[in-house]
Amino acid sequence: MANTTRTAPARALGSPEAGALVTTRRRRYTLLTRRDKVLLLLMVGIPLALDIVLIWLPTITSVLLSFTNWDGLSDLTSKNFVGLKNYQFMFTGYTLFWPAFSHNVIWLLWLTFIATPLGILFAVLLDREMRGSRIYQSIFFLPVVLALAVVGLIWELQYTPTDGFINNFLGIAHNSHLIDWLGNPRINLYAILVAASWRHIGYVMILYLAGLKSVDPSLKEAARVDGATEVQTFFNVVLPVMAPINVVVVVVTAIESLRAFDIAFIINQGKNGLELLSILITNNSVSEASLVGFGSAIAVVLLVISLVPIVAFLTRVMRTF
Amino acid sequence: MGDSREAKRVRNRLMLGNTGLELPLDLDLSRRDVLKAGAYGSLAAFIAACGGTSTSSGTTGITATGGKLTLGSNGSDPNSKAGIQAIVDAFDQANGGTKTTINTVDHGTFQNQISQYLGGTPEDVFTWFSGHRMRFFADKGLVTPIDDVWSAVSSNYTAGFASSVKGNDGHVYAVPTDYYPWAVFYRKDVWAAKGYSVPTNWDDFKALCAKMKSDGLIPIAFADKDGWPAQGTFDILNLRMNGYDFHVNLLTGANGQKWTDPKVTAVFKKWSEITQYYSPAFAGLTWEQGADQLLRKQAGMYLLGLFVSDEFKASGSQADVDQLDFFPFPDLGTSFDAEKALDAPIDVYMVSKKSPTLSGDLGQAKAFMEFLAKGSTQVLYWQHAPGSIPTASDADTSQYPPLTKKAVQIVSAAQKITQYFDRDSRPDFAGPNGMQGFLLKFLSNPSADTTGLQSQMQSFWDSLPPE
Repeated sequence: MANTTRTAPARALGSPEAGALVTTRRRRYTLLTRRDKVLLLLMVGIPLALDIVLIWLPTITSVLLSFTNWDGLSDLTSKNFVGLKNYQFMFTGYTLFWPAFSHNVIWLLWLTFIATPLGILFAVLLDREMRGSRIYQSIFFLPVVLALAVVGLIWELQYTPTDGFINNFLGIAHNSHLIDWLGNPRINLYAILVAASWRHIGYVMILYLAGLKSVDPSLKEAARVDGATEVQTFFNVVLPVMAPINVVVVVVTAIESLRAFDIAFIINQGKNGLELLSILITNNSVSEASLVGFGSAIAVVLLVISLVPIVAFLTRVMRTF
Repeated sequence: MGDSREAKRVRNRLMLGNTGLELPLDLDLSRRDVLKAGAYGSLAAFIAACGGTSTSSGTTGITATGGKLTLGSNGSDPNSKAGIQAIVDAFDQANGGTKTTINTVDHGTFQNQISQYLGGTPEDVFTWFSGHRMRFFADKGLVTPIDDVWSAVSSNYTAGFASSVKGNDGHVYAVPTDYYPWAVFYRKDVWAAKGYSVPTNWDDFKALCAKMKSDGLIPIAFADKDGWPAQGTFDILNLRMNGYDFHVNLLTGANGQKWTDPKVTAVFKKWSEITQYYSPAFAGLTWEQGADQLLRKQAGMYLLGLFVSDEFKASGSQADVDQLDFFPFPDLGTSFDAEKALDAPIDVYMVSKKSPTLSGDLGQAKAFMEFLAKGSTQVLYWQHAPGSIPTASDADTSQYPPLTKKAVQIVSAAQKITQYFDRDSRPDFAGPNGMQGFLLKFLSNPSADTTGLQSQMQSFWDSLPPE
């Protein structure tokens, strides 16, 4: 379908007869047949309708609900309108908001400065076609095919203080020095960051590896001829060429940190040191009592934060076209 | 052993249908709103709502045989699951071949999603809890009153159970099927070998803890990864120190009772005297892992509900089950000791309101509720899950083992019975967002001053919308 609509005008423009060109210029509208127009309308209309119903409507509803104390069950009346009270409480009285916020920031920093660089490093190493690189590639990529919830379950089994693999391996599962990987609020965030990285590294590696494969090898050869070292070649030649992939990787990293949810939720529903913004939204609005209004207010804050990488990504993408 | 138990638990959780685990930012709201809008507009729900109020005299008018029925169950652990299946099989047979479909959801997930569940498209009948937690949803109009069923079965219940299923509007909303007391559990063989005796007051209790510690045991198994187990300790300490009336007022915010009260500070202070005897890394352990410590003779005592015996039963060794015993929490030397108050939560079954199939199944649902009120039904469940004591007066108590008999006896000796923190208080306050987190915070540094924490609790309470 799409092909026919695209080739039709191309043929008309490529037509050698001058007369035909004149008529097409005069009848510019008719370049699109009625069928084309219907098709175009459908192709733009359906995504637009889905976009409005599935993205814009809920977003605007969330923003509106954030000014209410609606419980999600009873009828929404003007009595539910509480103005900025949700926001006021969130920023000043709600003891979990700032911890959750800072945990998201730590998540972002960890992924940006530890997990993502490691993924890139693995990609560069595997790109060198060393022996067994396929096997390494598969091993590192394996966690990526798992749902984050499953990653959470797997690592919960590793970390469980008395029965878990790690403490038993260290031989400290049954004495008083055992490490509470999941329950100690000072370390449990980092414990699950290791779990998150386990998956994130593979993800970044595959993205980057695909990009590296498309780098023209003659660039690297030229650099070598000019006497550049491996490190210099990477930072001065490969990295700039990879700019589009770099943007994708940065955005993926930012989004992964903002939507961090599953692992912490699986471990302990995001309390006791594992608070995250997405979990606060869930615990408030999908809990037994469903504080939909307050949950929406947190969602709006997360939305505003998310807009930063989204806008950065979109401006970048728009510029390339 | 513990590893395989953990694996089993994980497997159970993997089966829970993974609801809402990949929520993209704030989109979860939309999906629920769509569901909700669907439920509000549903004709079936409307008909069901209209049909629910008609009452007829006698039992024959309200029940129906054959047909079908759906049941939403939170009994996700193997014993409960087997017990519920047994009940349903018996019901189907007794009720003219009714086809009952059970939808089992992971216990914790069921709880967390109950609002969305009841407001969306629930099953006809569902498992739930009595107390404030039942009234909360009755008040929201999400449950069908079953006064007609109750008038047919009420003679089989004591007054205490009858009041536990009444809503704020005076209607009956549930049939109580089982209950279990909270107490301090221990292994008889371990205690006999070490020569321990049951402590009856606080000083003896602490002395026993110190003795156990020097004997190389974990004095008190404690496991609070899931947040709710710690609430049992708060309940019993507050009941013993400040009394039933104070406890109930505090948990419901009634009579202007505030969390900043110095009496609450005293509870935390008392609590901090025993936290040194808790399991190491308790904030990373599940209650099942705590039970394992008792089972494997690593821990000396465990304050938990009678359902700990299910974990002993799950070990597959009757010899271990026979060693399990308990004593009521020791007296604290206050005037409230005489109340002998304790947590003894009651589990119930309720009829939903928005089930799309309820208009056709209401007769079967009510027949099922009547069936649940029979002692024989409840004993059938108890045989699979011995941690749950039948509530019906005509239950055959002759086959109860000594542990169950003792449990019945301490509950009947109590002058005041509470339902457990998260059933007596409003759910949003008791949940992971609220007291579960606050108590974990207290436990991470129990000797610290708690007044700041208490004002956080109070300001969280104040932030909640009116019920």
